[in-house]
Amino acid sequence: MSLLEVSDLSKRFGGVVAVDGCSLAVAPGSITGLIGPNGSGKTTLFDLVTGFLQPDAGEVRFESRPITGLPPDQVHRRGIGRTFQLARVFPRLTVLENVLVPVRRAGLLGLLSGATTRGEVRRGHEMLEFLGLTHLADQPAGRLSYGQRKLLELGTVMMSRPRLVLLDEPAGGVNPGLLESIAARIRDLNAAGTTFLIVEHDMGFVMGLCGTVLVLDRGRTIAGGTPAEVRADPAVLDAYLGA
Amino acid sequence: MRPRPGARWLGPGAATVLALAALAVPLVADTSTVNVGVFTLMYVGLATAWNVMGGYTGYISLGHAGFFGIGAYTLGLFVNHLGVPGGYGPFLAVPIAGLVTAALAVPVGWIALRTRAATFVIVTIAFMFMLQILATNLRGLTGGSQGLGFPTPQDWSPDFVDVPFYYAMLALAAVGIAASWWIRHSKLGLGLLAIRDDEDRALSLGVPTWAFKMTAFVVSAALVGMIGGVYGYYVTYVYPQFVVDPLVGLSMVLMAFLGGTGTIAGPVLGALLLEPTQLELAYFAGSARLYLVLYAAVFLAVILFLPRGVIPSIAERLEARRSAA
Amino acid sequence: MDLVLEAAVLGVLTGGVYALMASGLTLIFGVMRIINVGQGALVVLGAYLSFALFRTWHIDPFLGLVVTMPVMFLLGVALEAVFIRPLRTDREALSVLVTYALALGIEGLLGLVFTTNFQQLSVWYRTASFPVGGLRIADVYVYGFLLCVAILGALALLLYRTTFGAAIRATMLNRTAAQLIGIDVERVSALAFGIGMATAAAGGVVFGITTAFNPGSHYDLISRLLTIIVLGGLGSLRGAIVAGLLMLVVEDVTSVLVTPTWATFTFFVVLVLVLLTRPQGLYGLRARAGT
Repeated sequence: MSLLEVSDLSKRFGGVVAVDGCSLAVAPGSITGLIGPNGSGKTTLFDLVTGFLQPDAGEVRFESRPITGLPPDQVHRRGIGRTFQLARVFPRLTVLENVLVPVRRAGLLGLLSGATTRGEVRRGHEMLEFLGLTHLADQPAGRLSYGQRKLLELGTVMMSRPRLVLLDEPAGGVNPGLLESIAARIRDLNAAGTTFLIVEHDMGFVMGLCGTVLVLDRGRTIAGGTPAEVRADPAVLDAYLGA
Repeated sequence: MRPRPGARWLGPGAATVLALAALAVPLVADTSTVNVGVFTLMYVGLATAWNVMGGYTGYISLGHAGFFGIGAYTLGLFVNHLGVPGGYGPFLAVPIAGLVTAALAVPVGWIALRTRAATFVIVTIAFMFMLQILATNLRGLTGGSQGLGFPTPQDWSPDFVDVPFYYAMLALAAVGIAASWWIRHSKLGLGLLAIRDDEDRALSLGVPTWAFKMTAFVVSAALVGMIGGVYGYYVTYVYPQFVVDPLVGLSMVLMAFLGGTGTIAGPVLGALLLEPTQLELAYFAGSARLYLVLYAAVFLAVILFLPRGVIPSIAERLEARRSAA
Repeated sequence: MDLVLEAAVLGVLTGGVYALMASGLTLIFGVMRIINVGQGALVVLGAYLSFALFRTWHIDPFLGLVVTMPVMFLLGVALEAVFIRPLRTDREALSVLVTYALALGIEGLLGLVFTTNFQQLSVWYRTASFPVGGLRIADVYVYGFLLCVAILGALALLLYRTTFGAAIRATMLNRTAAQLIGIDVERVSALAFGIGMATAAAGGVVFGITTAFNPGSHYDLISRLLTIIVLGGLGSLRGAIVAGLLMLVVEDVTSVLVTPTWATFTFFVVLVLVLLTRPQGLYGLRARAGT
């Protein structure tokens, strides 16, 4: 039973077809990579799954329930988190406040559950410890370095305990020293039960981390399998070297 | 939650002292000072209330004068309909003005929040002018351009008359500050600030942005409405001009910016600094036109030289000195 | 029925004026992403400048545009450099406050110089009119409309046929991308602001001839202009023109069919209806979550 199922998803912008009848499935408990040449529609796909864009056709199912067209906040509360291509934090909030933003339960109950309840704050501190950012807890997040922002972004998304996290180029712009640290944390979180779908261009990062790799080209899935299988697939080579 | 740099030097101690001082003013000061106090506290409340929406979410409302007017008209109509005589009675009806304003803020917010931040400003301005037309044309209800009168308290001496209004404004300011504080330290407040920094990202983290914005908007409007009610009663007459008064609507925004939006002490400080200045300017300028020019000059100076507001700028400088030491 | 037709025609003619005034406003927003809440005050300033020329040297306001438009253009560039450009953080929010303050300052200054009495540019041909079909149409409205058409046409030519116009449109579409291809966006902004002011000068002339004005007239004016650009879609020149014409026709026809008292109200009612169904306006681009 797939955790996330995308069926025949399509999206066009004027004359450009970004996602073209794309279908894929993400197995629960996996770290799945999503690769493809530039312009193959990876980020658009993320936007469609998380509700930032409305699809023209097709369906998205999460934990067997349809989520097509739900707004982003509802998608998150169903259990899907995402990060963005350029690491985004809330610059004017402190690092601790950043991780306390995510909302798990909307409605009056969620509203009244103060962010200052001891439980929440404790979890926040625990998360900062996990990220290695405790010493920066009271600093405005705008002061963080790029790598630190990536970590903070990941940690913030994890606070509402999503079952699936979509990572958009987690390795982009990060110095090699920090890369292994990020990969290690992803593995830790995966071991604790979170499924990851990772869009990445850094092949070393993807192949080293992901158990399954899916390949997108021109808006549709053209291959999928273990890293070794995908590396040897002629269709994949074609997509990257051709066009 | 650990106090943020700006809040550290206005901690509970300083706040208590200020509160006690404020309570004592009418007991020791003369009538004209109390009068200044009424206006200053009014703006403390208004700036704080405005900040709950505009400062926390970054959605600038330039139409809050509309809610101010709604509150004034509501209180006046209510008091006149029930035949409440002048005195302490009308004060009891102030919460009703707040509720009515809140109720009317819902449809306004509904429409205004359909748009992004830039259009939001314009819609709030449009709403204000719509209200003015309504206030002028619905003569049967509002008295049109003749205005609406409040009952005057008969048995209060001229020396005493400002005092109840002073305490009423103080109470409302306190309520506003308390609400602002509570919101700031709640999940709602974090969500609002997140919206200000990056609304799309807030959405992606499960923040119900529309609901949060509406809540802030309605709370902000209710507070402003109540203050408007008391003000109407204070000046004993409400005109359609109230509803679009640019100096009310703009001042509360300027004060919040001056002190520092997004903080709790900021709007308070902004009001404490600016309102007495405004009153002095009005007295000094004599003519309304010169006043406008001077007011505009002060306004522009504040924005150009202190765009972050007084408190954040000072806080930053203190931080810099501390880390350099 | 005749009355309605006349009102509709009048609506179109005055709509042209408002379209002109709104065009500057929407252009400024498109290029600089700021809402110039002072545009109304600038129109009134333009009217007063023409009034000064008219009263002192008896220069016809239309001819006086040769002077007032360049003057206002330069003033616009100066204002942008002094008051808008220094804004770094929170630009959109602060610029609203700054332009509002400028509007108040201008209102005060005009009041000091010209008093708050109502004025009007009483050109000798103000009451002349000529018959068209069964209606009489005032000359000034026609001249004004022709002026608006001329200037809007020139503006369109500038935007779509010149390199500078292309630079403006590029900046409007994507400021960063424009910078990357070498466009000096700061300069484009300054010039766009100046153009906005120049259109205000022209609008001011027609406004001043057809309406009695005083320094406080900018409130009513700006509320309408803002409504028009929202209706048309922020940043869209075409939108400003269509919306301006539409709104004024609706208002003038309502004034005749129902009652003048509520005519201005229809302005805002139309706005509300449009916002409920199409928040981005007639020609605006949808800006929803994510993109």
